[in-house]
Amino acid sequence: MFNIIKKTLTTGVVTERFKTPSDADLEQLGIEIKRHIDKNFYGSIAIRAVDAGSCNGCELEIHALNNPYYDIERFGIHFVASPRHADVLLVTGPVSRHMQTALLRTYEATPNPKWVVAVGDCAACGGEFGVSYASCGAVSSVIPVDMVIAGCPPTPLALLSGLLGLMKK
Amino acid sequence: MSDSNWTTDFLNQLNSDITIAQIDNPSTILWQIETIHWQRFAEIALQEKLRWVAGWAEQQGTQFFIHACFEKQGTYILLRTVSDEQRPSIRSQATVYPAANRSERHTQDMFGINFIGHPDNRRWTRHQAWPEDAFPLRKDFPVQGAPEAITPPDMHYPFVKSYGAGVYEIPVGPVHAGIIEPGHFRFQAVGELILNLEERLGYVHKGIEKIAEGRSPEALARLAGRVSGDTTVGHCWAACRAMEYAADVEIPPRAALIRGILAERERVANHLGDMGAICNDVAFIFAQMQFTRLREQWLRTNAKVFKHRLLMDKIVPGGVACDVSESSQALIKQDIVQLRKELADIMLAVDLSTTLEDRLYTAGYLSPELAAAYGTLGYVARASGQDFDVRRDATYAPYDQVTFKIPVESQGDIASRFWVRHKEINVALKLLEQFIDLLTPGELLTAWKTPLAGREGLGIVEGWRGEIVTYLRFDADNRIARYYTRDPSILNWPALEKLVLNNIVPDFPVCNKSLNGSYSGNDL
Ligand code: SF4
Repeated sequence: MFNIIKKTLTTGVVTERFKTPSDADLEQLGIEIKRHIDKNFYGSIAIRAVDAGSCNGCELEIHALNNPYYDIERFGIHFVASPRHADVLLVTGPVSRHMQTALLRTYEATPNPKWVVAVGDCAACGGEFGVSYASCGAVSSVIPVDMVIAGCPPTPLALLSGLLGLMKK
Repeated sequence: MSDSNWTTDFLNQLNSDITIAQIDNPSTILWQIETIHWQRFAEIALQEKLRWVAGWAEQQGTQFFIHACFEKQGTYILLRTVSDEQRPSIRSQATVYPAANRSERHTQDMFGINFIGHPDNRRWTRHQAWPEDAFPLRKDFPVQGAPEAITPPDMHYPFVKSYGAGVYEIPVGPVHAGIIEPGHFRFQAVGELILNLEERLGYVHKGIEKIAEGRSPEALARLAGRVSGDTTVGHCWAACRAMEYAADVEIPPRAALIRGILAERERVANHLGDMGAICNDVAFIFAQMQFTRLREQWLRTNAKVFKHRLLMDKIVPGGVACDVSESSQALIKQDIVQLRKELADIMLAVDLSTTLEDRLYTAGYLSPELAAAYGTLGYVARASGQDFDVRRDATYAPYDQVTFKIPVESQGDIASRFWVRHKEINVALKLLEQFIDLLTPGELLTAWKTPLAGREGLGIVEGWRGEIVTYLRFDADNRIARYYTRDPSILNWPALEKLVLNNIVPDFPVCNKSLNGSYSGNDL
């Protein structure tokens, strides 16, 4: 038991030490996001990520927003498990036809007011996959999109600045 | 190679039953047999302990070419049969090799080829985006198809049912609770115990095989790099190897070394991410934060050196579209020293954690027998005693210039898969150092030669999840006629259905993460 507590304490210290490095640009950007969130959502927005057909590259970078470098939660932006808890849908991928109904239902389940952010070139315009028997192409061909964050995949910094753009709308 | 012996013996053995036509092919041994012997071949192959690797079909004119690929001791055999029938029927190999099960269902959905005696011939890749009597990979099926304005959900898929007191079902997905790809899992449980799990995938089917047709080599490489974003290097490399075989193009030595560097960097990045995620799924957040931090540092170096965090589009037909300058080499080496030191600290804490000991040991057990029967690959297979790695066993440049170990364990549980990945990181770091030391000035790209119409190629590489097999054929004018790629996930996913049995429902996420199949790579 003593070992465990000791290890837990060591663990805590290590985490702290690693959290310190921060990119000046990121700080500035994040703080700006925080101001806008404060104004529109009283301090926090809830995001539901929906993969509607992505290659999973975009997911990797959305994940990165939660790593200690970006730690997106400190700006009041957090990811939730249900669309019913969400203010923002972050949709990736060209919308595969097999996901079309699921995306529509997720959209309907999200309470108003809601924003849809299309993440990545595929979500923006169909990307490398375009429109076909299997793909509806851009997210906007299935549900209304409020903003687009381009990139293949967009970097975590691009995602952060994209969210800022949304708040400014 | 000395192991080509077995093919001679095998051929002798087959010859009493089956007539084999040996066809000349630059990338593999290619045997053609009559359709009627399809299943018999598999039976003899199983007796001789060949591994079933992949299966796919192709339409050429009015004929259907049906393929299956086998491997033993690092030698691959591509088996082909040709059918003139409008709706070909062929005896299923899935009755012999469970690994062939979903692949044959995919071929059935996409080509309308009937596999006689298939143990489970429900639809697989097809949901409701095209009708039952239409087959997207046939030449008369237009790439746009004729979809409805809104594709209905696949409501009536006949899931396996279970009955009895206290048995209940949990349907999960396609939209999951985390930041994760879509798919459906249907559990039957009693109390907390999982009695049965059925996967229903295909939600992210993007028609990759179809939209590959008619592409230029460069455009195919870009598409291959998006089969599964986390394996962009792996699939791109496999596709380029296949195209280079078909076009008879040899890449420069420096390009091969850089491809190796890219592939090992991809392996390390993914293992770091997944090891963190495994810890996260059992609420050991310390490790999750540490691993994601290390992964981020690793990706930042990717961005600095290769101008892309995930390394997309760096491998191109004929070579690479990036270089590693001397300052970059120094940066990569310095990073490796740092990563080793940090990993040592973290793994010590991980090793002593009772949380992890309690949750990861014995959970999600995959026996060596099942791992072999399902043809599992990569760390999933190697944690269950399957000693195979393309880099060593069917070696290719630059791996043929270095010596390295392939970590294998036999425990088969989540812990074992976790530790195998840790060891694979260490091996990858050494490989990176060796590749950098081997770099000499030279070309990065060989000029492309347009291959003759009909030339085909089989490209096989060890991606971070395991063996990737890509088959393609060229048409006239440098255009792709057929592209198929078998992500390792296609063979690993079915093992998940088995390894979760008798685990508790709350352990499903960590079981799933320890295997981490790609949905996109599976659904194509
Ligand atoms: S934008 Fe790029 S990374 Fe994102 S889903 Fe499309 S291909 Fe993948």
